[in-house]
Amino acid sequence: MQYIWAFLVGGAICVVGQILIDKTKLTSARILVFFVVAGVILGGLGLYHHLVEFAGAGATVPLPGFGNLLARGVKEEIDRAGAIGILTGGLKMAAAGIMAAVFFSFVAALIFEPKAK
Amino acid sequence: MNIGTSKKEYDKMVKQASPNSRIGANCVRAFLVGGAICVFGQGLSSIFMAMGADKDMAGTLVAVALIFLAILVTGLGKYDDLVTFAGAGASVPITGFANAVAAPAIEFKKEGYIMGVGAKMFLIAGPVIVYGTLASMVVGLIYYFVR
Repeated sequence: MQYIWAFLVGGAICVVGQILIDKTKLTSARILVFFVVAGVILGGLGLYHHLVEFAGAGATVPLPGFGNLLARGVKEEIDRAGAIGILTGGLKMAAAGIMAAVFFSFVAALIFEPKAK
Repeated sequence: MNIGTSKKEYDKMVKQASPNSRIGANCVRAFLVGGAICVFGQGLSSIFMAMGADKDMAGTLVAVALIFLAILVTGLGKYDDLVTFAGAGASVPITGFANAVAAPAIEFKKEGYIMGVGAKMFLIAGPVIVYGTLASMVVGLIYYFVR
């Protein structure tokens, strides 16, 4: 059942992005920023985890899930370490994703050549 | 009716009729591909949990695995094709973020490893991280005072 919800919710979030692309001509950088910030806000309000509970990867794999992770990180770190968590929590939670993207991209840049135009 | 005007009128009709149906088709492809990437992530999550990871660790491992695969596909020059086909279905999942880091890193390799790979890697990821973390600070500030 979780697979069906993952498909439906994940697909629906992408459809929202597609409508934004087609209707507003926003660049992809703006769309990605929009989705992450939207995820942070929904996570901050404590709403996004409801979506994660029943849609699993359908809610965590799209970029709002990354934003939600930032919001969750900040809250958990504030609970654990106090005010300093305001500064450290977000990046702490996002560290694995950012570091993986940087590392694998660097290795890819070493190995692969740009496509000939 | 001569051919010139009918061609013109036909183009006009196409223009009037196509935007919505094109958006519809784009949305269907975005839905199917975006949904499929999430189902794949769900499958990976089940595998990691069966191997003993807890829910949070499984989520992190899924993100890392998807980022790895997306960057591999980007390196092979195929992720662009997926974006052309599926639009937001390929750019909104975390794989799209990974592609946005890897594609300029490879593309600007010729400008060197510092200002090419190192700087251009954050062309799109930079704004995402800047505004994502700033938003998380705002959430943190509010949470700190109202919790």
